[in-house]
Amino acid sequence: MKNTFKQIFRTANFLIGFIIISIVLLFITIYPIFNPGNPLRMIGQDSFTPPGTYFSLYDSLDVSHVYTFRLEGADDNRIYAKLSDTDREHIKEWLLLFNDYDDIFEIRAEDIDLEDTEGLLGLWWEHFDPEVRFDNMTIAERRVFARLDVNMDRLFDFYDKEVWMYNPESGESEYLKSVGTLDYVNVSDVANVRILPLGTDNFGRDTLKQLVSAIGTSLMIGLIAGLIATGLGLLLGLIAGYIGGIVDDFIMFFTNLFTVIPGIVLLILISYSIGQEHRGATTVALVIGLTSWVWTTRAVRAQVMSLRNRDHVNLSKLSGHSMPKIVVKDILPYIASYVVMAFILQVSSGILAEAGLSMLGLGPATTESATLGLMMNWALRYNAHLSGAWWAYYPVILVIALISFALNMINTGLDRVFNPQLRG
Amino acid sequence: MNSREICLSGTGVTKVFGFGNNKTVAVNNVDFNFYSGELVSIVGESGSGKTTLIKMLLGLTNMTEGEIQFLGKPRDIHNRSKKKEYWKNIQAIFQDPFSSYNIFSKIDTVLLDCIHMRGGRGLPKQKKIEMMEEACRFVNLKFAEMTNKYPFELSGGQMQRLMIARIFLLKPKILLADEPTSMIDACSRATILDMLLNLRNEIGMTIIFITHDMGLAYYISDTVYIMERGKIVEFGSANDVILNPQADYTKRLLHDVPKIHEPWEFSKRRAVVASESSV
Repeated sequence: MKNTFKQIFRTANFLIGFIIISIVLLFITIYPIFNPGNPLRMIGQDSFTPPGTYFSLYDSLDVSHVYTFRLEGADDNRIYAKLSDTDREHIKEWLLLFNDYDDIFEIRAEDIDLEDTEGLLGLWWEHFDPEVRFDNMTIAERRVFARLDVNMDRLFDFYDKEVWMYNPESGESEYLKSVGTLDYVNVSDVANVRILPLGTDNFGRDTLKQLVSAIGTSLMIGLIAGLIATGLGLLLGLIAGYIGGIVDDFIMFFTNLFTVIPGIVLLILISYSIGQEHRGATTVALVIGLTSWVWTTRAVRAQVMSLRNRDHVNLSKLSGHSMPKIVVKDILPYIASYVVMAFILQVSSGILAEAGLSMLGLGPATTESATLGLMMNWALRYNAHLSGAWWAYYPVILVIALISFALNMINTGLDRVFNPQLRG
Repeated sequence: MNSREICLSGTGVTKVFGFGNNKTVAVNNVDFNFYSGELVSIVGESGSGKTTLIKMLLGLTNMTEGEIQFLGKPRDIHNRSKKKEYWKNIQAIFQDPFSSYNIFSKIDTVLLDCIHMRGGRGLPKQKKIEMMEEACRFVNLKFAEMTNKYPFELSGGQMQRLMIARIFLLKPKILLADEPTSMIDACSRATILDMLLNLRNEIGMTIIFITHDMGLAYYISDTVYIMERGKIVEFGSANDVILNPQADYTKRLLHDVPKIHEPWEFSKRRAVVASESSV
């Protein structure tokens, strides 16, 4: 037994899967300790806030200790940041129009690097001429470029900014402080800072926090579904295989019935008929478990049938052991490795089934808890892909893929140890 | 052979596997009388229904037809306690020692089960160990080396000897030995046969010995039954059957026994087979 465990932990596949699952489990246990609270609380007013560190602008003005830094390139960075993406696009647009208009000036679209602020500004100042009139250009469009030219000059205004506070009692604004370009505050001094490593979703909920709780819920759904499916399959398979006869016929009739009906159709019909309000995570797990026991039953039955006529079972009978004892001591240990492997696969397919159901909108009720499938469903329903909000669905896809990959790796690793003939 | 008391007898014992076109008659209307204290050999080639007969005698497989009488009364094994009572009197050694043991239970468990079966569950631990030591000593194994080991850590011969130790503890009236030596090398074979015969003398049991080896059957048995395709074609005392065979099948089986001093004439053998098939 000890040797088998050693061998299992020396199998590369098992080890990879085991490490991934351990990391995931460790992460979902530790993360809520550092970031407690309800994962479904809506913290943001905007939908799909990008990932990053957020600190209160209001509180940052109240920080008492202001540091002075003369950092190299600070002004450059400021200019880069001030020149917005739309302004950069406008510059490019004007340059390309000017290229067609002017015979001497030549530039290709590929040569214009939108990230290269210095280059863009240089090109602009060298070639922009408010007098130039392009064909088919409206006055409004021409004014856009004229305004852009004025804004360009403002990029270099590095005056101190004054902060005034409105006092509702006197009805007047009072001078508070002025902020210069060299003033810095430490983020840890700011009263309210929130790090959102994966931004927020469409409802303004912390995506990472939600993801962590969703992994937990999905794993639980997979575990419950796997336990039910494996337990039911094992029980029915043992009974059918060991007792045989009419009991076997009866069980196999039901098993065949369930085999013929496609699982996903059954799953959808049952989920739909339960109704949105009554569908908690546990109910969904139950539904998935009750529809996926069929193959375990068939496989266990086949194994038990070949085991029950073996000599060691006969010897056990001759030693006067009762039927339950024979099943537990002489049959179960022989199929235990298979059952464990089937269980791991059932957990993996349970997680996938939940994701599939929830994507279709037949998952657990949306207000109670997040699951991986529900997160996908929300991202899909609120067009995260159109908003470019990759953080709302890529991590979820990655986690689903990672968990099923890890569970399958564990399974093949165990397979290699328990069925060494298959090792190729 | 001191007393001619019948301990196990059967009339019209039949076993059919499958039905319809797939019907296979493994044991076909077999009658037999096994007397107490005898060593009976059942000889036949593979597929002749020996093992199926043994399984039916043990009550591990149901008979399709027929009746088995145990100690003069119809055998009653319809429930578990009756079966357990029956199995106290009739035990078996199987052909393949490697598949006869549960690989997950230790040797101690195998032997303890036998003590418990003989009603020794309440005995003090020391007494149980003494009994196991005695059994191991009988089959030339050291219990101290066996304890806490798994059966698969032993050699095939050791496993089969452990099987005999089991029988030593159980002390049944009848032992069914299903080719116990066929998977074991020639040297261990003699040892195991000696042990079986010793055990028989010690506890005075009936041994029903299944084999395909005519020479062996002649050497050890009092009575020989010859089985061909589920039927008993000839039976009688070992001397009668083997030295003066009546059935063609027996003659052929005898002819197939390799003789050390004669060259084995393949062509002659083929001629015999050809003449038989034409009959």
